Amino acid sequence: MTQVFFDMMAAAVITGALGVVLVRNVVYAALCLIVSLMGVAGVYILLSVEFLALVQVLIYGGAVTVLILFALMLTRVRELKQHLDGDQRPLAAVAALALLGAFATMMYKTTWPRDVGQVTVVPFDTIGTALFNRWAVPFEIASGVLLVALVGAIVISMQEEGER
Amino acid sequence: MEVVNQGVPLEHFLMLSAVLFSIGVYGVLARRNAVLILMSVELMLNAVSINLVAFAVYTAPSLFVGIIFAVFVITIAAAEVGLALAVVLRVFRNRGTANVDEVASLKW
Repeated sequence: MTQVFFDMMAAAVITGALGVVLVRNVVYAALCLIVSLMGVAGVYILLSVEFLALVQVLIYGGAVTVLILFALMLTRVRELKQHLDGDQRPLAAVAALALLGAFATMMYKTTWPRDVGQVTVVPFDTIGTALFNRWAVPFEIASGVLLVALVGAIVISMQEEGER
Repeated sequence: MEVVNQGVPLEHFLMLSAVLFSIGVYGVLARRNAVLILMSVELMLNAVSINLVAFAVYTAPSLFVGIIFAVFVITIAAAEVGLALAVVLRVFRNRGTANVDEVASLKW
């Protein structure tokens, strides 16, 4: 049963990702990205990490894709369809396939511990306790990074004096 | 902690993450629009997160370091997207293009 759900989620992730890199229309590519990222949220649920699944839906499904759609709208890429892909598509495909082959060989040559058929549910409160005790300092640094990135993004994209 | 029988081997998650990462690499190399390259980078970041979480849940469930790491990956990815899109907007306003091949002033 879980295998069936995993196959469905994997199909959503892979088709969405292929849509992102292959589709000719940039807005469709952004929508394919949403499909792929929601599939990843489903994979998190299969891994019994509901917290990450919620975070994935909120941040990727909500914030990131909206941001990307806004950028597509403001840079007006739809009017410049011929610039979407470069001449190096075959080379890129070869490189990606070589990488995939390397990953697959590495994976099948490694002997994994055989008792990996079971998954432990990670409750919300355990993640929260760990995040605010053992990982409190990285957590605060991450919030500082977010603040700096926010201010930096505003400063960079601000309209300057005398600019059209 | 409650234990549920999963039935899906660890390798399947790793394979999914490898395929997703390779697709992201292809997108970064083949696409020439800056926003589309960013979207492919997002795919690669998600592949890495799947990998981390799968390893954390299957091999060290009491530590869940991988899960915390995935939280940080998502945080940094959000910051990266915001900043990178601001840069793309600025480049577009100064150069009138979002194509990375046409922004080559640093090239000899």
